[in-house]
Amino acid sequence: MSDLSTPTPQQIAEHGLSDEEYESLCEQLGREPNLNELGICSVMWSEHCSYKSSRIHLAKFPTTGKRVICGPGENAGIIDIGDGDAVVFKMESHNHPSFIEPYQGAATGVGGIMRDVFTMGARPIALLNALRFGEPDNPKTRSLVAGVVAGIGGYGNCVGVPTVGGEMNFDPGYNGNILVNAMCVGLARADSIFYSAAKGVGNTILYVGARTGRDGIHGATMASAEFDDDTEEKRPRVQVGDPFTEKRLIEACLELMATGNIIAIQDMGAAGLTSSSIEMADKGGVGIEIDLDMVPQREDNMTAYEMMLSESQERMLIILKPGTETQSRQIFTKWELDVDVIGRTTDTGRLVLNHKGETVCNLPIAPLSDLAPKYDRPWKKQEPAPELNAEDLPQRDPVDALCRLMVCPDMASKRWVWEQYDRHVMNDTLADSASSCDGAIVRIHGTDKAVAISSDCTPRYVQADAYRGGKQAVAESWRNLIASGAKPIAITNCLNFGNPEKPEIMGQFVQAVEGMAKACDKLSFPVVSGNVSLYNETNGKAIPPTPTVGGVGIVKALDHVIGFGGAEVGDLLYLVGETSGWLGSSLYAREIEGLSGHMPPPVKLSVEQNNGKFVKKAIQQSLVRAVHDLSDGGLACAAADMALASDVGMVLETHDEMPNHAWLFGEDQARYLLAVPSHKLNQLQRLAYKQHVPFVFAGEVVGDDIKIGAARIKVADLRKKWEGWLVKYMENIHGNAGE
Amino acid sequence: MRVAVIVFPGSNCDRDVAEAIAQVTGKQPIMVWHRETTFFDVDLVILPGGFAYGDYLRPGAMAARSSVMRHVLDHAKAGGLVLGICNGFQVLTEIGLLPGALLPNAGMKFICKPVKLKVTRTSTPFTGSFTKGQYLDIPVAHHDGNYFAQKDELSRLEDNEQVVFRYENNPNGSINDIAGLSNVSGNVLGMMPHPERAMVHGKTRGDGYKLFNTLMEMIR
Repeated sequence: MSDLSTPTPQQIAEHGLSDEEYESLCEQLGREPNLNELGICSVMWSEHCSYKSSRIHLAKFPTTGKRVICGPGENAGIIDIGDGDAVVFKMESHNHPSFIEPYQGAATGVGGIMRDVFTMGARPIALLNALRFGEPDNPKTRSLVAGVVAGIGGYGNCVGVPTVGGEMNFDPGYNGNILVNAMCVGLARADSIFYSAAKGVGNTILYVGARTGRDGIHGATMASAEFDDDTEEKRPRVQVGDPFTEKRLIEACLELMATGNIIAIQDMGAAGLTSSSIEMADKGGVGIEIDLDMVPQREDNMTAYEMMLSESQERMLIILKPGTETQSRQIFTKWELDVDVIGRTTDTGRLVLNHKGETVCNLPIAPLSDLAPKYDRPWKKQEPAPELNAEDLPQRDPVDALCRLMVCPDMASKRWVWEQYDRHVMNDTLADSASSCDGAIVRIHGTDKAVAISSDCTPRYVQADAYRGGKQAVAESWRNLIASGAKPIAITNCLNFGNPEKPEIMGQFVQAVEGMAKACDKLSFPVVSGNVSLYNETNGKAIPPTPTVGGVGIVKALDHVIGFGGAEVGDLLYLVGETSGWLGSSLYAREIEGLSGHMPPPVKLSVEQNNGKFVKKAIQQSLVRAVHDLSDGGLACAAADMALASDVGMVLETHDEMPNHAWLFGEDQARYLLAVPSHKLNQLQRLAYKQHVPFVFAGEVVGDDIKIGAARIKVADLRKKWEGWLVKYMENIHGNAGE
Repeated sequence: MRVAVIVFPGSNCDRDVAEAIAQVTGKQPIMVWHRETTFFDVDLVILPGGFAYGDYLRPGAMAARSSVMRHVLDHAKAGGLVLGICNGFQVLTEIGLLPGALLPNAGMKFICKPVKLKVTRTSTPFTGSFTKGQYLDIPVAHHDGNYFAQKDELSRLEDNEQVVFRYENNPNGSINDIAGLSNVSGNVLGMMPHPERAMVHGKTRGDGYKLFNTLMEMIR
């Protein structure tokens, strides 16, 4: 059957369009589409490209601010960091492909997010990733971890952008759908930002980068559907990455950008040539005509359908100023990249594709972008989770509980992972995953400034109460940036949820978004870019809702950078913030008592702000030697982190009116642990009093043991356990890793 | 000191090493594109780290056949200094300026971490100011740093005292803990660790700085 024929009902169903959507499409076109056009429309209307279920809720995010240069809607968000510099960043999911083919799925996730950033004129300077895997005992988990980590490293290391941070959780809820969220941060000049609007009629459209092959066809549609037992058969839809081409593409594009030849530029990401050309035309208010015979092709006899839906990696579309074609081509030829003029902008407002002498597609642009479906899906408010009363839980040996928490999969050292990432190429990394700092810190090249970056989400909170959990993810990101010496500026996010057609899943989404929006608004921490990944379900079972937050802050002077590794013997430990002993949905409840689903801690944003302001002052006035945000595992785990990082012992205080487990492991928000040199204590106490900040003695830095009451453990022994878990777990497939 | 940094497609430590050189010498090195066919007159040629040609075929194999490498060979044979760092070391073994080969790490994983190096040869312009047995802190970041040479070749290069650096704790399975290797006359050095990433150590100068500084003083 030719691609110009009218599609059969079966073909329509295979393209993932509902009957109503197909009818609406025909109505807007005034006719039935041919098969090429159906393919194009189906990807543009897929959840992945159209955000049809999420758009009306994403509008709730605050997206503007004094420092925001570009908010959501472009390839990435941009903030002004002063002195003419701008930071460009975004986070994106590559969940579905990574589950099917972990190495390529994760690698192309990294490649895709880097392209989003350099497309805007920025040189990528840092990568982070937020990974969620199934339970360690699941037979697939180990090989997924190995593949994803190798893929992330394989791509980022080769391109030469440091992977500086991230997070990694294990939960049975991800057994059938892992999450791979990659974040990239780039540096640009504020007066030299590139956008995707193809303004002007008659301009040349340049195709550059890798050739188009048959890989990844319908990847966007796959990412908009649930998995079932036949998921493995979707492997051909996974794209294959080539970091060497990406590296050359970055250098060539940045070189071309410096010439002033570019009107607009866009990477070919999800839905490849289709979405890049349509988005550029739509934003520029023009039509586009493409001669598909001119598209560089990797394989023989590719059809129009295949070329338009291919998700081959490392490709860009560029609209050039007239007369600059020759000079522009030379740059790509120098970098040994394919380059060809494939079409021009028109005044028709239509996407016209010609192939082998025939017009194979002629669609109006508007129905594919602005007029794409937009749903207000029905959603169900979550039932309030029950509260967990700390008094009802048994007393336990606190040091034994601490050890069990520190070696649980979520908390155990991730050295096995981050040693596989080049964290230092570009020579500007000041704090990375190895550095005992709540944020990753990357210097702005050649200056005394830096950006701080943090990736956060506590899925068990979101699962129990999506609104609180959403708020908490934003607040924790903000707190991590404060605790590393930065001023929090803005976030990107990656919203990973199940099937939005189910009211309870949609309810999680709506409430999480509202919680995040509230926190962003109150903390002046706007959303400048983001990505939504829905349908993370297998055989009808959804993942724990996981709205990952990627926060970015500015460090004005490098001597403000601080971590939790600087505590010295003789320092006093002080706890900033109020402790009620909140154990609902805590790590302690889950790991020690096997309890989950209870109400997570409340997030009081004005308290968060006030406590943060105090900590920032304490850092800037050099009153503290180490700072750590309190999160999973509460006070005791934060203290243990500090002890391990500083290689010192600690005596931790207990509380007169609270059970040990509540005081030590409660996860009340807006708290920090400080290591204070004794001669600075007076000054710090005065500051806390003046700022109305709860400031409580929590222990002291002394000896080689962590000691709580009569119980104790050697820091060296704790380190062995903490460092040991992941290595032991992973080496089961690698045999002797030779290290 | 006049320095050239060769840039291959896929080099990614070229900027870092150029800045390290500029920091030590106060002068920007010249950046030489791999297609360069005209002669460049310098004291030192640096082959930087990265993934030249994406490490396709074998790390360094395609870069070794770039047109610029003919000049590098001539320069080395005339006694000029050549420093290959990481991927640059792989290029040097591929082109035969240094013996042996760099295989995938014993654990088959990329390794990025600080390592301790023991200086074992000081009769080179790169290490002349160090003392034998001295330890240096310089990090590694590579996937293929597992040095290998056949038995007789290995004993030959040990007899010639060509091993310049050895790992204190071997991270990658390198035979005889070899981390850095020179040719017999000592004007060509290949090393897996990245001295350009060790320019500072806390608030003081790092061992990478000392290595580049040694070079500068030797040449001056």
